[in-house]
Amino acid sequence: MKTPASFPAARAAPSALRVTLAGVPALPIGGRHGIMLAVFLAMSMAVAQAQTGPAPPSIIATMLKWTPLLAQGFALNIAMSFLAMAIGTAFGFALGLGQISLLAPLRAGARAITQFFRNSPWLVLLFYCMLLLPFEVRIGNSIVALPGWAKATFGLALPVMANVSELVRGAVQSIPSGQWEAAESLAFTRLKTLRMIILPQCIKRMTPPWMNLYAILTVATPLTSVVGVSEAMTLTGDILSSEGRTELLVPMYLYLLMWFFVYCYPIARATAALERRFAVY
Amino acid sequence: MTWTPDQPLIRMRDVHKSFGAVPVLNGISLEVMKGEVVCIIGPSGAGKSTLIRCINALVPIDSGSILVEGQELHDPRLDKLALRRKVGMVFQQYNLFPHRTALDNIMMAPIHVLRRDRASVEAQARALLRKVGLEGKENFYPGELSGGQQQRVAIARSLAMAPDVMLFDEVTAALDPETVKEVLATIRELATDGMTCVIVTHEMGFAREVADRIYFTDRGVIVEHGPPAQFFAHCRDPRTRQFLSQIL
Repeated sequence: MKTPASFPAARAAPSALRVTLAGVPALPIGGRHGIMLAVFLAMSMAVAQAQTGPAPPSIIATMLKWTPLLAQGFALNIAMSFLAMAIGTAFGFALGLGQISLLAPLRAGARAITQFFRNSPWLVLLFYCMLLLPFEVRIGNSIVALPGWAKATFGLALPVMANVSELVRGAVQSIPSGQWEAAESLAFTRLKTLRMIILPQCIKRMTPPWMNLYAILTVATPLTSVVGVSEAMTLTGDILSSEGRTELLVPMYLYLLMWFFVYCYPIARATAALERRFAVY
Repeated sequence: MTWTPDQPLIRMRDVHKSFGAVPVLNGISLEVMKGEVVCIIGPSGAGKSTLIRCINALVPIDSGSILVEGQELHDPRLDKLALRRKVGMVFQQYNLFPHRTALDNIMMAPIHVLRRDRASVEAQARALLRKVGLEGKENFYPGELSGGQQQRVAIARSLAMAPDVMLFDEVTAALDPETVKEVLATIRELATDGMTCVIVTHEMGFAREVADRIYFTDRGVIVEHGPPAQFFAHCRDPRTRQFLSQIL
């Protein structure tokens, strides 16, 4: 019998549930989950194949036929995840710095915004963005259309922003006060201390939880199917209704799961590796 | 009022400081002349660290007066940055910047605070590393250096700002006995070179040897002070006697 230790991921498993720096729970996926997915996929295809009559094409052939379309949808998921992460990180960084400002009103405002978006369900934020944002915006004299996926991306960026804000605050506060004192005694201004001494040390500490946040965001992008974005999840539904074969349901959704797993698992592994490397503090 | 070198470089008068309800300094007065080496000794919790941190305004005081080169620190309009260019400080925990090399640690403030040009700063930083006996460690990160080496880099980092006075806050307290020697030798050399030093220390032998005057503090007041020979041989206050009998 194989021992669990033969899967590298099984060894990493205890760390999978650890809560990271700013309280963002780590995405608990490991290699064994991938193997389970693959086994389920194979079994469901076999069962589906056994249920079909003589005429229709095989399950695998059907899946292959739709793969290009699915890939297109998945590309949109990834694009949305990139954009939402970029927007969320930029705004979150500013918000996080606001949370450690010496100006009390700015600090209170940044704190309130952070807490509000951090404690709101992602799906509710998505709906709000779809409903509140206009379908086009006027910039100067030109009118720019705001397609659904763009609005949805903004909706996803909001919770990312709040989480990044907390990451920044937590990382800055985790730097020993001696660093501030040393900088102060060398006549550095507060701004220079932040920019040259505190933040460079924070980046290192923030990277693993930030990557973890990205993985969580990526697996959350199918939420946008609920508000009508034609990403991989929506397309899988469309494919299933056009095929009209109930035996395809389970294999197709498992196939979709595999796509996300293959994308996110390496990120989870890299995060764990970075955490181990940076743990020597 | 302009300051002239015949006046005390540091003059503290009746300085009071509390942290919340806990009084730490209860009327401290002391004077340090230019070129003088003053050691502050006393039991833990006597307020020695707080006292020394007041001198570069890391800790704001509640009442009293601190003049550094004639400039009043207990003044809301105080230019703290200007003050800190004149007053260097070395900490118990070294507090080097871990993401920068030894050389960078020394060069950062002269380049970015004093806005001096990089080439001359680098030459000076290399000379300072040599002076503290760390030639060849320029590109080492603090994590790769021993405690004593880190502390000497920290001393060089402060010296690079060309301060008029150096404050040492129990700089050997976190070191093992072997490395204490290296650091004390570095400070001794500075003192001999004529640098004004205020040193909080538990190293009585060192204090006796290097100090021009010794201040003994307990519970936030200066109990007594005097030149080392007189202080160690003929201390008058029973608190001082008790402290010295425990430590010597």
